[in-house]
Amino acid sequence: MSETRLLSPAAARPAPPVRPEYERAPEAVAGASIARTIPLPQRLLQQPWLRKGLILVALAVLWEVVARIQGNDLMLPSFGQTIRAFYEDIANGVIPGRAANSIDVLLKGYLSGVVLAFVLTTLAISSRFGRDVLSTLTSMFNPLPPIALLPLGLLWFGLGQGSLIFVLIHSVMWPLALNMYTGFTSVPETLRMTGRNYGLRGLRYVFLILVPAALPSIIAGLKIGWAFAWRTLIAAELVFGTSSGRGGLGWYIFQNRNELYTDRVFAGLITVILLGLIVENVLFRQIEQRTILRWGMTK
Amino acid sequence: MDGLTATANDSEVPATLPPALLSVEGVTLEYTGASQIVRATQNVSFDVWEADRFVLLGASGCGKSTLLKAVGGFIQPREGRILLDGRPVDGPGPDRVVVFQEFDQLPPWKTVRENVAFPVRVSGRLDRKSAAERADYYLDKVGLSRFADAYPNALSGGMKQRVAIARALAMEPRVLLMDEPFAALDALTRRKMQEELLALWEEVRFTLLFVTHSIEEALVVGNRIALLSPHPGRMRAELNAHEWDLHGGGSAEFQAAANRVHRLLFEDVPPDESNPT
Repeated sequence: MSETRLLSPAAARPAPPVRPEYERAPEAVAGASIARTIPLPQRLLQQPWLRKGLILVALAVLWEVVARIQGNDLMLPSFGQTIRAFYEDIANGVIPGRAANSIDVLLKGYLSGVVLAFVLTTLAISSRFGRDVLSTLTSMFNPLPPIALLPLGLLWFGLGQGSLIFVLIHSVMWPLALNMYTGFTSVPETLRMTGRNYGLRGLRYVFLILVPAALPSIIAGLKIGWAFAWRTLIAAELVFGTSSGRGGLGWYIFQNRNELYTDRVFAGLITVILLGLIVENVLFRQIEQRTILRWGMTK
Repeated sequence: MDGLTATANDSEVPATLPPALLSVEGVTLEYTGASQIVRATQNVSFDVWEADRFVLLGASGCGKSTLLKAVGGFIQPREGRILLDGRPVDGPGPDRVVVFQEFDQLPPWKTVRENVAFPVRVSGRLDRKSAAERADYYLDKVGLSRFADAYPNALSGGMKQRVAIARALAMEPRVLLMDEPFAALDALTRRKMQEELLALWEEVRFTLLFVTHSIEEALVVGNRIALLSPHPGRMRAELNAHEWDLHGGGSAEFQAAANRVHRLLFEDVPPDESNPT
């Protein structure tokens, strides 16, 4: 009652008219189907491989044009020449051999770095002390260029694979640990409580709940680590190329630059680029499609 | 209202009750904020018997969710104790499964079936095959058999909550803990879920501890309601609500019961604030 008295007179506040109700059946659906097929050009452009292929073709054309205008094979060989040199050295087995040497060292260093990063991060999420250890070590060592550690590595591990693996671990471990830790800390609280509700503890809790829940960050860290590892390896081989005994791609590039085979230098660079593209677009892409994309964790 | 008081008196008549399944005895809970420790509940006691649908009802800030988390074992009581089957609760465990309000309680990397089967398997109750069979059984109960191989991101909010309920039931816990499980759903879906929950209870007869801030939901879902007053949470009343279901919603008696709960929850407000002149 008191509410009605608070209202202003009806004339000042227009009320909507009361209209009659009605009922009727919905009208028939127009057309045979409510879905329509997408036109072919649009469908083709939805394919990421096609879009990326077009970008690569455009870059190759640009390269060829610039090289022709410049007209100095020693400074910038054309795309065609580079591909020829690339093909020759693949056919005579030089590039595959060098690439195999590089990948062998790379995988050893990368995998050790991943394992160490995982151990460090697991410690960091299970105790406050571990967290401080991780954040202190990461802020100390992450900015340190791996190449700056190579002289030390050579001193400690000699002229073999050991010193290269040492710098590779250093280049992979810190960025990956940082990403993993961020991923673990951003797992939703509800999901954590769910995991503990199942009675999971310790490593089982980490592997069955935290790792899958933090997988977007972990995969991002693995990609960054992979790129860092390649850079470090090629740079290390360029500086101390023969240190591993059997030369890798960096050594191949270095040798050919000394002998002014610029087309072979570019062939070596292309090999590194191709390996990177394959790992990124085939390996990591597959992992993402089977996991985080399928689970709807990333778009 | 008369009906409610009468049944409340009736329930006090039997002198020899079986031992309670879950006893919360004088529990005071605290949580640590940024700069101070805040008391969430103070000396809260209640008993839950087998097959009870026990509802914790109160305004926000009455510590009802914190109480549920304490029963779940996620929080240690500052004072008092929580006994399940006579043994003190020590940490989270699969005998007290929680259905949370949030939709992100389902691990997104598991299909619906795996989501239900996984905790059954990792808690060591069943092997992989039997766990999958039990998952299928409970998914059928909540009407999600068709979506057993879908991932949670393909489901609607109501369906995700159904999976969470199926997962909790598949664990066959001593107590099923529900923390405002339907609060994030739209009104129509919420009503349907309440209906389904009651039908499931009719069939399985699990013990339920249910937290809500909705008086109607408490009357419909619960057979017994504990009312908590806020800041900090203290016991206000324990009422019976077994005679209400979704079909009695509009009746005058139901309205009277709701009004009574409303009065109990809000009559503490000083008269000069509740009745401005």
